[in-house]
Amino acid sequence: MSSGTLYDKVWDLHQVAELPGGSTQLFIGLHLIHEVTSPQAFAALKDLGLPVARPERTVATVDHIVPTTSQARPFADPLAEQMLATLEANCAEHGITLHGLGSGRQGIVHVIAPELGLTQPGMTVACGDSHTSTHGAFGAIAFGIGTSQVRDVLASQSLAMGKLRVRRIWVEGQLQSGVYAKDLVLHVIRVLGVKGGVGYAYEFAGPAIDALSMEERMTLCNMAIEGGARCGYVNPDQTTFDYLQGRPFAPAGDAWQRAVAWWRSLASGPEAVFDDEVCFDAAAIAPTVTWGITPGQGIGVDETVPTLEQTEPDERPLAQEAYRYMDLVPGAAIAGTPVDVCFIGSCTNGRLSDLQAAAQVAKGRRVAPGIKAFVVPGSEQVAAAAVAAGLDQVFTEAGFEWREPGCSMCLAMNPDRLEGRQISASSSNRNFKGRQGSANGRTLLMSPAMVAAAAVTGQVTDVRTLLP
Amino acid sequence: MTSAPFPTGPINAVSGTAIAVRGDDIDTDRIIPARFLKCVTFSELGPAAFADDRAELNGQHPFDQSAHRGARLLVVNRNFGCGSSREHAPQALMRWGIRAVIGESFAEIFFGNCLALGIPCLSVDHDTALAVQAAIEADPALELSADLETLELRGAQGPSWRLTLAAGPRQMLRSGQWDATGQLLANGAALTATASRLPYLQGFAAA
Repeated sequence: MSSGTLYDKVWDLHQVAELPGGSTQLFIGLHLIHEVTSPQAFAALKDLGLPVARPERTVATVDHIVPTTSQARPFADPLAEQMLATLEANCAEHGITLHGLGSGRQGIVHVIAPELGLTQPGMTVACGDSHTSTHGAFGAIAFGIGTSQVRDVLASQSLAMGKLRVRRIWVEGQLQSGVYAKDLVLHVIRVLGVKGGVGYAYEFAGPAIDALSMEERMTLCNMAIEGGARCGYVNPDQTTFDYLQGRPFAPAGDAWQRAVAWWRSLASGPEAVFDDEVCFDAAAIAPTVTWGITPGQGIGVDETVPTLEQTEPDERPLAQEAYRYMDLVPGAAIAGTPVDVCFIGSCTNGRLSDLQAAAQVAKGRRVAPGIKAFVVPGSEQVAAAAVAAGLDQVFTEAGFEWREPGCSMCLAMNPDRLEGRQISASSSNRNFKGRQGSANGRTLLMSPAMVAAAAVTGQVTDVRTLLP
Repeated sequence: MTSAPFPTGPINAVSGTAIAVRGDDIDTDRIIPARFLKCVTFSELGPAAFADDRAELNGQHPFDQSAHRGARLLVVNRNFGCGSSREHAPQALMRWGIRAVIGESFAEIFFGNCLALGIPCLSVDHDTALAVQAAIEADPALELSADLETLELRGAQGPSWRLTLAAGPRQMLRSGQWDATGQLLANGAALTATASRLPYLQGFAAA
């Protein structure tokens, strides 16, 4: 049983009561909503005749269904338009702030809450979206919930939860040049598996984690859920505080120093006890690419698709399913695999530093013939900062399309999708069958720089060969 | 599509015919592809359960086989329901007719989403999962009962199998308290007390 960890401290502080069913009632400090998982929750609230308990603790944006070419209203897709109109009506009725299109603050929910300073250390954060784990980068306890739970948070600002165990993932050393947080987390999931984290919160710690920027920590925590861990977190430190200071909803004035003192006190101390601990060496990690149909089916870009003999016996049926679906040959090199579509964006890798890393590769090069490549900034703020830095020019001159912010082809709820058996190089988080909008479309997950490398070469390419 | 009433009240057993969907790591995108999430109610999701997997198998998917129509128990393998938190996944299964899921293991958010709908996710070991799946495939008319009191899965004749369910969810289902909203609203004073000791809600005022 863990003790003295950040997870334990934040959990204890937010406990309201023990519920008759044996779970804990946990206060939710920040509730984020979007258009896909909230309409049924508001409808349920109406059926129950209940108000939103604390509308000031819920913040909304629209991200999943927005088109990335023209965002003019009404949307061309009437279902998408209905979903946004429903969100607008629900927020207006209940007094919930909606950061809508053109507000300057719209974007993917897991991009905007951090950049607005809404996400802070020591909070509990819930959202009807599994990638809510992203917010753990700040030392928050953040997790995805279903729509019935969205209803519960709206009604009571709390949830019925069971406490997780805590596994510390200690990462020694430093990532090599051309190797990013995305590669690190794909490697962790490759080793621990997509079910390895079920029942756990992942605490990421160690010298390699200390050296990561906040945006890199967000990428890391974002994909904790792909390893089965409902939440992942990094202890708050000076990097965290420097990122937060001056953001619109961050504490200011006299409160700032008091906030920092409290945030520091939350970090897992030397006395902390973990339920489990696993160590990695950052320097040993190569740019990592998935070859299969789960995020755990990943390999270094310099490796070959594992053969059945190289696969653990109980993972073999899934490997065979992946060979069939992906049409990749066991034992063949992953480098050189031709791609059709290159997607840079998503809550995993749609932030400014992600676009900078990709632009560094794209600059002065051209997208290979026949490749569709596009960049979808994670938010209006990311887009504005990228434009200010000239990144949109770098991308368009290289032959990438520069789009409006949203979730886009990560899950293809908008018009951005694969067609037929197209294969994508994607900076998103899931390579599930059918994930990117075509029932037989194929996805290779990788870092944004690796996606850019695939775009300019037309195939999976070790980005380290293209960097200065 | 016919469907029994949705779960209400105490759930002590789920009985009926069963359907097997084999495979580890079946994610919620496969249970309900994202394009079906473009809706503001869950009401139309039942027929879309496993839509792409069914298309891929061209009528051979268990959810397309008439012998399994009306099944109440779904029997799966490891890490069922991983990936997206979409409650649309258990909603689609429930509206198709599923009232209990039996499997080797479940993704956490999926388990919680099912619990919030009154759908127990019961665990069995690997050999049991395979044995039950084989039994269902051999005899789609086989009636099974998952008993939450004795934690047994039984047929009219033949073997019974051991089920596992953590004490908390089991108590919530058996007592009818699996819908948490009422319980959460009952603790208003305690909730206010918790909020009043959270520094970030108090301007980080010195303790």
